[in-house]
Amino acid sequence: MNTALSRLNTIFAFTLSVMAGLTFLCFLSTFFNEHKADVAINTGKVIVKNVPDYSAGREKNDLGFVVFDLQTDILFLDCPWLLTTFLPQGIFNWNVKQLFLYLFAEYETEDHKLNQVVIWDKIIKRGENSVLDYKKANTKYYFWDFGNGLRSNKNVTLSLSWNVIPNAGTLPKIQGVGQHKIEFPSEYSPNRFQ
Amino acid sequence: MGMMDFDFLDDVRRMNKRQLYYQVLNFGMIVSSALMIWKGLMVVTGSESPIVVVLSGSMEPAFYRGDLLFLTNYREEPIRVGEIVVFKIEGREIPIVHRVLKVHEKENGTVKFLTKGDNNSVDDRGLYAPGQLWLEKKEVVGRARGFVPYVGIVTILMNDYPKFKYAILACLGLFVLIHRE
Repeated sequence: MNTALSRLNTIFAFTLSVMAGLTFLCFLSTFFNEHKADVAINTGKVIVKNVPDYSAGREKNDLGFVVFDLQTDILFLDCPWLLTTFLPQGIFNWNVKQLFLYLFAEYETEDHKLNQVVIWDKIIKRGENSVLDYKKANTKYYFWDFGNGLRSNKNVTLSLSWNVIPNAGTLPKIQGVGQHKIEFPSEYSPNRFQ
Repeated sequence: MGMMDFDFLDDVRRMNKRQLYYQVLNFGMIVSSALMIWKGLMVVTGSESPIVVVLSGSMEPAFYRGDLLFLTNYREEPIRVGEIVVFKIEGREIPIVHRVLKVHEKENGTVKFLTKGDNNSVDDRGLYAPGQLWLEKKEVVGRARGFVPYVGIVTILMNDYPKFKYAILACLGLFVLIHRE
């Protein structure tokens, strides 16, 4: 059975299995990475308004306004676990396609034990600048509460997390080290445009 | 062409009854083990569809059409912001793969959450059932845990060109039935 077709078939099957094997090794090599990093978050003035949320039922909900500073460098993305000693530190490792970073607020209200609201996010692709340094940045999404739980809420925590998207492998979700607590005022700001 | 057809039949003709039964049983074995693996994965992962193929570009550049996702759906695992969930909306046949943007969880564990595709500029309220503002746990098919690129492209091709699908299935079936070890 030495026809061209059978040879092609063999080559194809062999290529496929080699690729599958290599992909699996690539996944294994970074499986134990921690992807940890320090983050510095700070906020300027924080205000809260009570306005109708037309995207969700027209009821008056609390809407927070936050201006934030954010610093981190993604130099943490260590090399594959086995090769840490051979390759330079501080690069996206070979099994990272992109990072999805998101800044979220976490707080407790009377009717909900846990609230998490993403207020900003960013995609960093492989090869892009991975140093973040924002000053007085505005949120990307509105900080709506589910009800009226933001006013005089003194324990709202801002944290930065990232979801690592590999070339092939697991999709770890890592919380940055370093959070920031914000306290909302006990008075609503007047309902005008800012 | 005619020669080849003749070869096929010749192969079958040379089999005796036992061999023929054996071939048919072999075919049955393949089908049933595939089914067993799928159902077994369902039990292990807790998800009604443990492997899904990404069908849209709404999560680019993380996931492209044809990428493969492995899901789990353990009940005790809480839904948190930033996670990639696969959910099925009432009245829509195809499940959606998007990221969680907001979570509101009550003391008793009931949770309401909102999703958004990385590549979309607005959240998913427009995709939900009319009047629906939040997703709940019962709509979740699974959470993305593992990722392999490109592998699902065959599925996409088969979906886009149904004739291709039948051709492949027919070829595979014939091959297994006719081929002699």
